[in-house]
Amino acid sequence: MDVTHALAAGMGGIRTAGDLVARMQMTRGMRLAEAKRYVADKLGCTERDLSDSYAMEQIRGEKGLGRILDHSNLHPGEPNAMYAKFRIAELLGIKINSVERFKELAGI
Amino acid sequence: MTAQPTQTTAAERDASRGRISESRVPTRMGDGFMVEMTRSELRADIEEATQLAARKAKCPPLEADEQEHLLDIYASRASFTAVDVGEQVVLSCDGGGSKMTGTDLQDLLESEQRFGQDILELWHIEYSYKAIKTILPFQQQIMQNAQLLVTAPVQYGAQPNLAFYSKPDGPADNWFELLPRGDIPGARAAIEEAMEYATKDFIFVSEGMLDAGADGMDFDTTGGAGDADFFSTLRAVKHVREKYPEAGIEVGMAGEFVIGVHGELEWEGRRLAGMWPRQQLEVCQDAGATIYGPAVNIRTTKSCAWNIAYALTVIKPCMEVARIPVHPNVGEGVVGVPVNGYPPEDAVSRAAKACVEILRCDGL
Repeated sequence: MDVTHALAAGMGGIRTAGDLVARMQMTRGMRLAEAKRYVADKLGCTERDLSDSYAMEQIRGEKGLGRILDHSNLHPGEPNAMYAKFRIAELLGIKINSVERFKELAGI
Repeated sequence: MTAQPTQTTAAERDASRGRISESRVPTRMGDGFMVEMTRSELRADIEEATQLAARKAKCPPLEADEQEHLLDIYASRASFTAVDVGEQVVLSCDGGGSKMTGTDLQDLLESEQRFGQDILELWHIEYSYKAIKTILPFQQQIMQNAQLLVTAPVQYGAQPNLAFYSKPDGPADNWFELLPRGDIPGARAAIEEAMEYATKDFIFVSEGMLDAGADGMDFDTTGGAGDADFFSTLRAVKHVREKYPEAGIEVGMAGEFVIGVHGELEWEGRRLAGMWPRQQLEVCQDAGATIYGPAVNIRTTKSCAWNIAYALTVIKPCMEVARIPVHPNVGEGVVGVPVNGYPPEDAVSRAAKACVEILRCDGL
């Protein structure tokens, strides 16, 4: 069922910009249209690009926002996971709880 | 002038002889069973459901063009359907993943890397705040580790489950035993005692998970034990919002209508018992939630077309007053998704498309 919803109506998570739009809904309570506009402005792309895995693979790679990893798409040396979340927080102008926690525990 | 023969369709000729030749399309009942129905039968189901929902929830029925669009979605032979390119919405996947991939960390990675979920959720199989309280450090450690490994936001989810605070499972007297005896003051006192324990647990777990790095909290299946369950949750939401201004807080409901088990509880002057989705949304957003998830339970003996028409009618009034994202619950047995361990893809995808295209919802 998770897969069905993802294919039928989901933005695509980190395959696209689904996680970024989700963060604006979670942290700011933005409704979908506003959240998509906000993220598209920050990325310098169209709102349609936000759920286009082709476009977002390029944009995420260029901006170091983390990409899907598999045997044919490995990006050693490129930010992912916590590294990428530092960049996402800066790009979106939000505080990400785990990033703040990481800084605190790492003594940064 | 020679009279032209009257042109009639096969259906009209059959109808004049009392026969129906309208083609039938495979569709689903609310329990997932596949049946065949004509377009006219599906139309009749949609009309009946939206009128019934409008009467019960005291809201307008779906517009004619919305009913027609629903009919087009459901009177299709396609095995799968989807929203238009660019119209995709955020998926907040409460209770997502399979729990069968080895560990919670692997499960979350799979949800992110393979399923493409937008909001991930860490949860325990004992999906209740009361139970999670006893294993909080274990869940905190998983959350902290998970946050190092995933990019997508991870919230923590569990259910309020107020009834677990009554005897024999909890400390308060059992109001479901007191109410049939007519001891209404005793039942209300027991409920109020349970609410105190419950809100403390919801806050204890929420603070623990947010301090461990969670991106948000999910109060899933809220109101399952009625208005007191809902009230206990709203109190916790308000506390968490004040203490963690940037945290995501999702309140997903248990049903379309808040049952008045206590009956007198109010949130800022608004009686909780009897609330439909629009009123539920209003108190949730005022309390500080950032995502609201309406739920409308499925009628297994009705078609999925009937069920989605009913659900969309009662949810639609939310969309006009929402200041926060609305993510209708489309799990098993709610909002047009059949009650079935393996919800059929044709029915699930139709429910998703209908929610997005009729409601213009913010997520699922």
